[in-house]
Amino acid sequence: MADARSLVKRRAGPRLWLSAGWIGLVVLAAVFAPLIAPQDPLAQDLFLGRMPPFWMAGAEPGYWLGTDSLGRDVLSRIIFGARIALSVALVAGGITCILGAGLGLMAGYMRGWVDTVISRFIDIWMAFPPVLFSILLIAVMGPGLISIIVAIVVIDWTRFARVIRAEAMGQGVMDYVASARVVGRGRISTMLTEILPNVLPTIVVLLTLEMGIAVIIEAILSFVNLSIPTDDPTWGGMISEGRISINQAWWVLVFPLIALFLTVLAFSQLGEGLKNRYDPVLR
Amino acid sequence: MTYLELKGLSARITRQNHPLLRSVSLSVAPGEVRGLVGESGAGKSMIGKAVLGILPKAVEVTGGEILLGGEDLQRLSDKDRRHRIGQTCALIPQDPLTALNPSRRIAPQITDRLVDILGWERARAVARAEELLDEVRIQDPARVMRAYPHELSGGMRQRILIASAFAAAPKLIVADEPTTALDVTVQKQILKLIRDMQARHGTALLFVTHDLGIVSKVCNRLSVLYGGMVVEDNDVPGFFAGPRHAYSRALLAATPKYTDPSASLTPVPDQVIADVRAEIDAFDRERAHV
Amino acid sequence: MSEELYRVEGLRLSLPDLNRKPLWGPAPRNEILKGLDFGIAKGEIIGIVGGSGSGKSTLGRCLVRLLEPTAGRLLFEGQDITHLNDAALRPLRRRFQMIFQDPMSSLNPRHRVGQLIAAPLRLHGVADVRGRVAEALDLVGFPQDMASRYPHEMSGGQRQRVGIARAIALRPDFILADEIVSGLDVSSQAQVLNLLERLVKELGLTLAFISHDLSVIRRLCSRIMVLYQGEIIEASDTAALFGQPRAAYTRELLDAIPLPDPDQVWA
Ligand SMILES: Nc1ncnc2c1ncn2[C@@H]1O[C@H](COP(=O)(O)OP(=O)(O)OP(=O)(O)O)[C@@H](O)[C@H]1O
Ligand SMILES: Nc1ncnc2c1ncn2[C@@H]1O[C@H](COP(=O)(O)OP(=O)(O)OP(=O)(O)O)[C@@H](O)[C@H]1O
Ligand SMILES: [Mg+2]
Ligand SMILES: [Mg+2]
Repeated sequence: MADARSLVKRRAGPRLWLSAGWIGLVVLAAVFAPLIAPQDPLAQDLFLGRMPPFWMAGAEPGYWLGTDSLGRDVLSRIIFGARIALSVALVAGGITCILGAGLGLMAGYMRGWVDTVISRFIDIWMAFPPVLFSILLIAVMGPGLISIIVAIVVIDWTRFARVIRAEAMGQGVMDYVASARVVGRGRISTMLTEILPNVLPTIVVLLTLEMGIAVIIEAILSFVNLSIPTDDPTWGGMISEGRISINQAWWVLVFPLIALFLTVLAFSQLGEGLKNRYDPVLR
Repeated sequence: MTYLELKGLSARITRQNHPLLRSVSLSVAPGEVRGLVGESGAGKSMIGKAVLGILPKAVEVTGGEILLGGEDLQRLSDKDRRHRIGQTCALIPQDPLTALNPSRRIAPQITDRLVDILGWERARAVARAEELLDEVRIQDPARVMRAYPHELSGGMRQRILIASAFAAAPKLIVADEPTTALDVTVQKQILKLIRDMQARHGTALLFVTHDLGIVSKVCNRLSVLYGGMVVEDNDVPGFFAGPRHAYSRALLAATPKYTDPSASLTPVPDQVIADVRAEIDAFDRERAHV
Repeated sequence: MSEELYRVEGLRLSLPDLNRKPLWGPAPRNEILKGLDFGIAKGEIIGIVGGSGSGKSTLGRCLVRLLEPTAGRLLFEGQDITHLNDAALRPLRRRFQMIFQDPMSSLNPRHRVGQLIAAPLRLHGVADVRGRVAEALDLVGFPQDMASRYPHEMSGGQRQRVGIARAIALRPDFILADEIVSGLDVSSQAQVLNLLERLVKELGLTLAFISHDLSVIRRLCSRIMVLYQGEIIEASDTAALFGQPRAAYTRELLDAIPLPDPDQVWA
């Protein structure tokens, strides 16, 4: 009989469309911020303080989402804030992923002393309370974008390493790995061509989750003023400022919060969506 | 009295007009073994998966009833159905290596179900597991319990799956080619053990295999499948005395017999295949008209 | 007797049993193969049978040097390959191949069939990879569009044939087939066996065939080796073994074969 499995079609589904769509939007906003932003995000104008968003009475034309107590445009600040949020997500997520997944893959596939060394290292690393560790780190390095990224990598690489190590170990005992050796493939090449494609779906899911986490961590650190020292707009910083004037101008708090929430949600859904769409192995 | 009954079960690939099961009807009584035979891709595993509610996402049931102990499973809510199946049914899966988690030891893989779903105490579950491994003729059960799947031979893995299926004395077992990795002496012991446990607990057994030799030893009744359609439903003595359908006859003829080494290996003849296909097309056309 | 392809002398293999490793000191070792002596002649089909866990797959893995023997010697065309390292083995690798027991786990689930067959060819720098892949697909009776399938998109029998295609595409001198027909229905079984027989005749292949299906072994093999708990307890010509089995275990095996006949007494 004809085999029917190849008839199965897979669709992208709303999950992938919506999450990829939102992230695409944020990326565009970040890249073209100076062109898109209606106002200068840093320009203060005390006469324009606490203007409400456009649909409310007393709104100022050109300031779509209102202004904060210093008269800065909320929408423009959110757009510029996307730059920092995204850079942190990409750089911190990327480094965490490469470092953690790389070490995990090596430990899980090579086994033996490589595994012993890496696993011990992970254990020792995790014995430090990670949040304390990163606050200490920022205290030493001083606040700033770099310290945030370093802090995120320091906290999170072990999770990557542990998950990928376990996956690689499970794949490593499968016969297709033995089969690659029978035809004479070397160890590193086997790891990259046989094991990596099989742990890649997990890596993608972890990576997108990590990017979401990175955005949140950056926001939290800005919120407690450990992040960017200048008054470059960040979502966390805006939320922190908005909190003070919540009773007079709720929009200063709520809009960056929504942007933050949607971005984190989109990242977390993006990985699953990509996997469902592109992973050849149906679950 | 039947325990499992399928009435006109049909399934297809989701949203595609490509039937995988064509109005399959069969029944299994407590203490009875129903054999399912047919070529690779005929839908044997699919029937078992439909019964246990583990069809792949890409496959949907389009009609018919699955009655378990007189109750239509598809009428139950998802949660109730899963609960009912978890408590009363067990599966011996077709692929012994991929069915075991490569990074966990054997012991928890057998006992988890007993502890989590049936609420046994851990110690009791472990004792029972060792006893079962002994019954499926695994030497040194204690070593095997501590081992990882890749440290065991193909046949040992398969026997572990058999043992864990029997662990909780289920009412229905779906055995999907359960002895393909066993040598004939162990296979014989296992088949006897299966018959034995069945007699003791009155388990109903759906037995997928392609070995008519095994069918003649363990099954009471037999369904021959082609293209997701039951072409013959017969009792076992009747089948071996003279299969009713031309395809079944060809299948029986293609079975190698070690007592006759000179016989050449003949695949099922093309003419027979063409005839069954025509039958299937006729069935599909009739369906389309209704 | 024609030339020998393999010569095995006093082959032993033991693996450390890590699950029983004491806190200090080395783990106790599991003896799996306990001194095997035999040869495989060029162009013959040798059958290997034995109980589950008797070491058949392990022996196979030694022959293709996935495992390194702990003692004894392993000669391939007179060359000692017992302790060769990976680099030294690489040029030899395309000459002996293995088809694995478990078809699903021996095919990388995220590679397409075409890729699966082509990868070993590329690795060994074979010219005209496409042509060779097409030819291999043809030999196992697949239409060419099968190349774009993933393993999970096929039935058990088709996966097994992919394994065979991958092994023969390299045109090796020796193939070890580990239990490759047990998951196949009788009709595909007949197709695969006929194919192997043809390849042995046409390509001058040597085949070691591990199986517990004695009907198949009797049909296919000229010589049979019976393994029991890591030792060879009987090795003889097919006719002799089925005619008058010497070892008690062999007799037990023969008695346990289920014939497609409900009247067979099966005590
Ligand atoms: N995940 C899937 N998606 C789509 N179609 C599938 C899937 N799994 C199986 N099928 C199709 O369902 C049909 C029946 O498959 P099934 O696994 O039941 O065969 P089988 O009779 O058990 O064969 P075998 O003896 O090879 O195990 C096949 O034609 C196959 O193409
Ligand atoms: N990696 C390993 N570590 C420890 N023990 C192993 C390992 N691989 C195999 N063994 C042991 O070696 C013995 C022989 O295994 P092998 O797979 O060779 O058996 P087999 O003859 O192929 O059996 P089957 O017919 O069931 O496949 C078994 O007892 C098994 O537990
Ligand atoms: Mg099946
Ligand atoms: Mg084996």
